[in-house]
Amino acid sequence: MLAESLALSAVLFTIGVIGVLTRRNAIIIFMCVELMLNAVNLTFVAFSRYYGAAGQVFVVFVMTVAAAEAAVGLAIIISIFRHRQSVDLQNINLLKG
Amino acid sequence: MMLLQIATQAHPLSGTIAEWVWLLPVLPFLGFLINGGISLVSATHVGPADPDMGHGMVHHDSDAHEVSAAEDHGAVGDDHHAVKPHQYAGLVSIIGPLVLGLSFVLAFMIFSEMRSVSMTTPFIQRYFSWMPVGKLQIDAAIQLDQLSMLMVLVITGVGTLIHIFSVGYMKEDPGYPRYFAYLNLFVFFMLVLVLGANYPVLFVGWEGVGLCSYLLIGFWFSEKANADAGKKAFIVNRIGDFGFLIAMFLLFANVGVLDFAGVGAAAHGMAFGGSLVTAICLFMFLGCAGKSAQIPLYIWLPDAMAGPTPVSALIHAATMVTAGVYLVARSSFLFSIAPVASLVVALIGGLTALFAATIGLKQWDIKKILAYSTVSQLGYMFIGVGVGAYSAGVFHLVTHAFFKALLFLGSGSVIYAMHAAYHHTGNHEDAQDMRNMGGLKKFMPITWGLMWAATLAIAGIPPLSGFFSKDSILSATFERAGHSTLANASLFGISGSFWLYLIYLFGLTAAFLTAVYMTRMMLYTFHGPNRTGEKEQSHLAEAPWVMTGPLVVLGILSVFGGLLNLPEWFHVGRVGMLDSWLDPVVGDAGRRVVTAPSAVSEQVSGGNELVLILIAVVVALAGISIAFSRLKPQKLLPAAQSPEEEGFERVLEHKYYVDEAYDAAIVNPTYQISKNVLWRGIDAGLIDGLLVNGSSALMRGFGWMGSKLQSGAVGTYAWVLVVGVLAVLGAVTLR
Repeated sequence: MLAESLALSAVLFTIGVIGVLTRRNAIIIFMCVELMLNAVNLTFVAFSRYYGAAGQVFVVFVMTVAAAEAAVGLAIIISIFRHRQSVDLQNINLLKG
Repeated sequence: MMLLQIATQAHPLSGTIAEWVWLLPVLPFLGFLINGGISLVSATHVGPADPDMGHGMVHHDSDAHEVSAAEDHGAVGDDHHAVKPHQYAGLVSIIGPLVLGLSFVLAFMIFSEMRSVSMTTPFIQRYFSWMPVGKLQIDAAIQLDQLSMLMVLVITGVGTLIHIFSVGYMKEDPGYPRYFAYLNLFVFFMLVLVLGANYPVLFVGWEGVGLCSYLLIGFWFSEKANADAGKKAFIVNRIGDFGFLIAMFLLFANVGVLDFAGVGAAAHGMAFGGSLVTAICLFMFLGCAGKSAQIPLYIWLPDAMAGPTPVSALIHAATMVTAGVYLVARSSFLFSIAPVASLVVALIGGLTALFAATIGLKQWDIKKILAYSTVSQLGYMFIGVGVGAYSAGVFHLVTHAFFKALLFLGSGSVIYAMHAAYHHTGNHEDAQDMRNMGGLKKFMPITWGLMWAATLAIAGIPPLSGFFSKDSILSATFERAGHSTLANASLFGISGSFWLYLIYLFGLTAAFLTAVYMTRMMLYTFHGPNRTGEKEQSHLAEAPWVMTGPLVVLGILSVFGGLLNLPEWFHVGRVGMLDSWLDPVVGDAGRRVVTAPSAVSEQVSGGNELVLILIAVVVALAGISIAFSRLKPQKLLPAAQSPEEEGFERVLEHKYYVDEAYDAAIVNPTYQISKNVLWRGIDAGLIDGLLVNGSSALMRGFGWMGSKLQSGAVGTYAWVLVVGVLAVLGAVTLR
C-alpha cells in the first residue's frame, strides 16, 4: 500500500513540477504549486500510517501554509494583473539584473 | 665586555675633561635647534615682510644668468629692492658662531689633556646600545683618539672662522637663521662622523653631512639651477654610499663586528691581499670617491658651488669632502693589508689630481677654479693614503683645510665686493666671472695679499704649509715605488712599482698645473686693468672686518701650517709632530706597507729626498713663471665681449664634456628607460594596465556574466532551481 501511495504522490509531484516549469500563466503555475504541496501531503499521510501521527500533524501545517500562500499569492497575481492586464510570467521580469 | 670595561676605566683619559667629549657635537646641535626654531617661528609671519616672499622677489631676474652664476644673489641682492636683515639676525649672529667657538674651546681643552697623557689605545665612550639585533651589536659610542681629535680641531677651528665670516657674508639674506641652522647641523653631523666609534655611527654622520650639503647647495632653492645642483650632489653621493654600505655588510658578514677596535683586531687574522679585504676596501673606496669627489663621481662638486661661498669653504673644501680621506686613514688597518685596493686608491687619486687640474686651467668662474682645485687636491690626499702614507695624507688634509678655506673665503670677499658694486649700479653682469674682475688689488689689498699667500701655499712654494704636505705625499709615493708591499703587488698585470712611479708623475704634473691655474686666477682677479666697469669701480671695497678677520687667521695658518709636520731633512724646529701624534692610530698600518718582505731596494736617502724636493719646487716655480709670462691680463675682455675658445681649450673650458657624456651615457638612458620601459611599459602597461585594470576588468566580466543570470524571468529561476535540486539529490543518492 505504501509503495502505491508514494508512486501516486511522485507522479502528482512531477506533474506539478512540469506544470510550473512549462506553463506561462501565473494562475496555472499557482495551481501546479498546490498540486506539488498536496503530493507532499499524500506522502506524509502515507508515511504516518507506518511511523506515527507526526506526518498528519505536518499535513495540517502544510495546509495552513498553503492556505496563507494562496491568499497572498492570489493577491499578488491580481495586483499584477491590474498593472499589466496580463498574468503571463514572460512579461514579468522587473527583477532583471 | 668585562675586559673592555676594565680597559675603559684604566684609560688615562677617564675621569678627565675628555669625559665631556659628547658635548662637542651636542653644542652645534643646540645651535641648530635654536636657529632652526627661530627660522620656523619667523617663517610663520606671512605678510609683506615674509622672508620667503622677499626672497622670491630678489631672484626674479635669474634667467639672464648662467647655471653657476645664478648663485649668491640672496647674499647681497641684485636688484633695487631694499633688502633688510632678518628680524632676529642679531641673535642668530651670536648663537651660530658661539656654539662652534665653545665647541672649539672644549676640543682644545681635551686636546691639551690628551697631550699631557700618553695614550696608545683610543678612548671609547659607550652611551647606549643602538642596534642590538642578534649577533649585530652596535652601540652609540664615541671614540676619541689622535686622528679624531685632529679632525675635531680642524672642523671646529676652521668651522668657527667660517661661521664668523658668514655673519658678514650672509647678513642681508632673508634666510639668515635657516642658513645658520643648516651650518650648525652640518658641524654636528661632521663631528659625529669623526667621533663615531664604529662604522654605522660614522655612517650616520656621513649621511647627515650629505643631507646638510644638499640643503646648503640648494640654499637659494627658488632658482632651479641651485636646487638641481643640490639634487645632483645628493644622487651622486648615493652611488658612493651604496659602496660604503656593501663594505659594511661584507664586514659584518665576515667579521661580525663593526666597531673600529673590533675590525682592527680582526684585520690581523685576515689573509694579506685576500679577495675579501680587497673587496671591502674597494667598496669602501667607492663611498670615499662619492663623498670626496674622485673620478668617476667628482662631477657633483663643481656644481656644488651653487651654494653660498662660506658653505663651499666649509663643506666643499675643508671638511666634508675630506671625509673620504678620513675614512681611508681610519680604516688603514684594512687598506694596509689590501695592496691592490690601495694601488687603486692612489691611482684614482693621481688621475683625479691631474684631470681636475687640467680643467681648472680654463675656467672663468672664480669658484669653479677653486672647486676643481679642491677635487685635484683631494686626489693628492688619496695618493697619500693610498700609498700608505696615512699621516701625510691627513697632513695634506689639514693644510688644505687652511689654505683652501682661505681661498674660498677670499673669493667670497671678492664676490661680495663685486656684488655690492653691481648692486649699487644695477648692473646684471656675472659677479663671479674673472673676466669681469681684474685689478682688484688696489681695491682689496688685504684679500689680495692673503690670497697670494694661500696661492703660494697650494702651489707648494717653501716654506708655506702646502709645500710640506704635498712634498711629503710625493716623496712617500716615490719612496714606496721602490720599496713597499704596494710595489710588489700588481694591478692589471702591471707591477705596482710602475704604477707608483706613474702616480708620482701624475702628482708632479698636477703640482705644475696647480701652480699655473692658481697664478692665472690671481692674475685675472687682482692684477691688470679693472674690467668691472667705470661706474662700478667706485663701489669696489674691502669687505668688513668680520669677514677679513677670519681670512687673516687662516692666512697665518696657511703660512705656518707646515710646522705641524716638518720633514726630517728640515733641521729647524720639531720634526714630524703630526706623524708621531698619529702614530698610535695609523703608524702600524703605515709600517706594514713599507716593510715589504722581499724587496731589495734601499730607502730613499736624505740626499735623494732633497733632489725630489728640488724637483717639486722647480716644477711649482716653473708653473708660476709660465703663468706670469704667458697670461696677459691686460688683453682680457669682459665676459660679455669674450670670444668663444677654440680647439682643446674649448674642451677644457667645457670640462672635457664629462657632464654631457654622463648625460648621454647614463642619465638620459636611465631617464628614457625609466620613462618608456619602467613607467609606460611596466608601471602603466603591466602593473596598471594588466594587473590593476586587468583584474578589475576580469571582475567586471564575471559580474557581467552573473548579471546575465539574473534575467528576472521566474520560469528560468524555476528551471535552475529544479535542475539544482535534482543535481543535489542525484549526487546524494548516487554517492
